[in-house]
Amino acid sequence: MESNADWGSRGGLPQAFLTPGISSFSEFLKGFAPEYLPSGRPLPGGLGSASAAGDIAPHGTTIVSIAFPGGVLLAGDRRATMGNFIAQRDIEKVFPADEFSAVGIAGSAGLAVEVVRLFQLELEHYEKIEGVTLSTDGKANRLATMIRGNLAMAMQGLAVVPLFAGYDEETGQGRIFSYDVTGGMYEEHDFYSVGSGSMFARGALKKLFRPDFTAEDAAVAAVQALYDAADDDSATGGPDLFRKIFPVVAVVTEDGYRRLPDEELSTLVESIMDARRVVPDGPRSPLR
Amino acid sequence: MTTPFYVSPEQIMKDRAEYARKGISRGRSVAVIFYDKGIVFVGENPSRALHKISEIYDRLAFAAAGRYNEYEQLRIAGVRHADMRGYVYDRRDVTGRALANTYAQALGTMFSEGAGKPYEVELAVAEVGEAAADDQGYRITFDGQVTDIRGFQVLGGAADAVTQVLESSYEENAALETVLNAAVDALGRDGTEPRTLAPNQLEVAVLERTRTQARKFRRISENALARLLGVAGDSAGEGEGDSEDGAKNGGGDAGQTGTTNPPAAKSVPADDGDVLGAVDDILGEDGTPEES
Repeated sequence: MESNADWGSRGGLPQAFLTPGISSFSEFLKGFAPEYLPSGRPLPGGLGSASAAGDIAPHGTTIVSIAFPGGVLLAGDRRATMGNFIAQRDIEKVFPADEFSAVGIAGSAGLAVEVVRLFQLELEHYEKIEGVTLSTDGKANRLATMIRGNLAMAMQGLAVVPLFAGYDEETGQGRIFSYDVTGGMYEEHDFYSVGSGSMFARGALKKLFRPDFTAEDAAVAAVQALYDAADDDSATGGPDLFRKIFPVVAVVTEDGYRRLPDEELSTLVESIMDARRVVPDGPRSPLR
Repeated sequence: MTTPFYVSPEQIMKDRAEYARKGISRGRSVAVIFYDKGIVFVGENPSRALHKISEIYDRLAFAAAGRYNEYEQLRIAGVRHADMRGYVYDRRDVTGRALANTYAQALGTMFSEGAGKPYEVELAVAEVGEAAADDQGYRITFDGQVTDIRGFQVLGGAADAVTQVLESSYEENAALETVLNAAVDALGRDGTEPRTLAPNQLEVAVLERTRTQARKFRRISENALARLLGVAGDSAGEGEGDSEDGAKNGGGDAGQTGTTNPPAAKSVPADDGDVLGAVDDILGEDGTPEES
């Protein structure tokens, strides 16, 4: 596609840069250089088989999120698959979106990473232009718009399904938003999970979740849920103790985004693995 | 029949330069100063929302003096330029040098080729490095000239007067408190009588290399600034400081009464005239060419 983004060669500022009115980076890009947007690229003709795309592009799988008093947690396993082939063992699917929010992505890894990069930039750009940050709902809505633009590719098997979690500075609470491939946005309460292992993770979280969780309790529950997802879903990877590859666990509170360091996680993961050695199916919740 | 009106190119450029200088000289000054942990930007600006100093990118910030709507347009263009480069290449590929060159090109073109009036702005772009030796700063004038900043740079109307004061007090690798106090003192000496600027009249931000985040820009709040300057903290205290200042100066300049900062009122009204661009008095015409 022919680019009208000739800003590199001239050195000056093209008219589009000097035109007032847009605080959104992706909207600006749509007018200035649409070929850089995931939705601005031409698609191969006809609707291909949805499963074929899964075999040519790596897919990320399970993401879990748990809200706790004063914050929210987002965690993801580390496996990317291409069909029945493990494409990567230490892929990252959980990212900071800005200081007070995080985004985890299931689906086509290449597109997902691109959407995350654009979303991070979108929030930062708005903050710099306007001098204030977007509200949590504003951030969640922007992400919905960006996913909506990807529908044509999702129909061809390159779906991106994010999970957005943020600390709402106005209410002092952690909030979770889920999406579908059409850009539908749904606010979730307490906990949620997306990706191919999500039904198993959600089952585990349903039994483990308590409303009075601390951040550490939430981290334990998230790792337990990811373990259960990996146990039953071949596309989700479990903790790799030999290679020291642990899930990515991020906590967002009033202190901002914090990814738990590997030292903290290794203790946590090993204690869970020790317990599973005795009870392989994990902690039991009371029957009544 | 009237003969065609001829104006020599020299005269056109001279007139345009004079016009731009006059516009800039109405604005209050902003100082960009290198200190031991990075770069500090200090400007007189009572507005909390309309900034003269802004973040552009991870290690880049922007300061401006002159006409608000014009430098705001350039600031937004700079943010778009930086975000675009960072998105297409990598965050590390966004540099102060590239941004300064872009501004220089844009301003140079607007000055010499633009059909309308030249921009009445003076900009500074600064980039904080891994070590003090890597810190960089550029000053870009209304006609597209770029100069390297060494140590410090003052932009705006009374730049010469403020520079003179800062020159005597500036030392390399000083602490933030030292640099700030010197800057605030210097900015207050832009007129005939020295003024004492209170924290609520100042806009201060730093590019701090010790910050753990990738984004090194940080605004210094009014209270934090009061602590750094070693003056009374809360807003009530600052109000008092303001009137004290007025009273003190009023004593020295009996002819001017009824404003909080009489000597300043001579050159700039006490309200935020710079930002609103509604000032009609003009400060010392530093370097303005004489009309022929």
